[in-house]
Amino acid sequence: MLLLAASLLAKQVWYIVPLILSVSLVYGATRHELPRPILYHAWHTAVWMAIFMGGIFIVLWLVSLWV
Amino acid sequence: MATSPPPSPEPPLEIDLRDPHVAALLAWLWPGAGHLYQRRYMKAGLFMVCILSTYFFGLALGEGKVVYAAWNAADRRWQYPLQLGVGLPAAPAIVQSLVVRRTGQPMLSALGAPMAPPQRIENGLPVNLLPEWHKTLNMRFELGTLYTMIAGLLNILAIWDAYGGPVIGEPGKERGPPGDDKSKDKKKAA
Repeated sequence: MLLLAASLLAKQVWYIVPLILSVSLVYGATRHELPRPILYHAWHTAVWMAIFMGGIFIVLWLVSLWV
Repeated sequence: MATSPPPSPEPPLEIDLRDPHVAALLAWLWPGAGHLYQRRYMKAGLFMVCILSTYFFGLALGEGKVVYAAWNAADRRWQYPLQLGVGLPAAPAIVQSLVVRRTGQPMLSALGAPMAPPQRIENGLPVNLLPEWHKTLNMRFELGTLYTMIAGLLNILAIWDAYGGPVIGEPGKERGPPGDDKSKDKKKAA
């Protein structure tokens, strides 16, 4: 768990945050015209991307422990 | 996961796309400009802020070196066509590439020769600076390239939105592709 925490604290991981924000907002804006539905869609997209990439992160982290 | 209830269905919208071809061209030239032309100010601001901040953040991460145009045996920069999706902000790379090809040296060397390809002619001999760039910038070269590529790809979505309108604009009024006559009628009539 310490290794996982250290990995999360590594600054490289945080470069993904502005990307998720930007991608989800732009994607939401191409699906809707009004601010509220755009933000709602963007929130769902951001959560989905974070979970998807978080899953890959954990799998790779476990593999790195095993190898 | 979601903390707020789903928003109520969007009311019928009136979206005047004006001339979609002009809007698409403007949207490519400068992210958000096509939407400004269509008077969709909120989305223009959103696209401009999101796409340009992503692009310039990536460019700054790579110290201006991650956006360049090169296609030769030493370096096939396939990322550049994707970066060119942001339009004019990536266009100086083409100028730099032409200048380097003609003179062997880039413009604005005092400023770090932004957007110049890594190939140079020094003392009559070709020099490739790419390994040095990777060494000095390390992961920031890759991250900067990634950010600028994603910005270009995001602007392609924005161009499509300027050309055809939002994909889910009006519940119960699903539109066809932009060329579809019915969809045009709905957009104009709306």
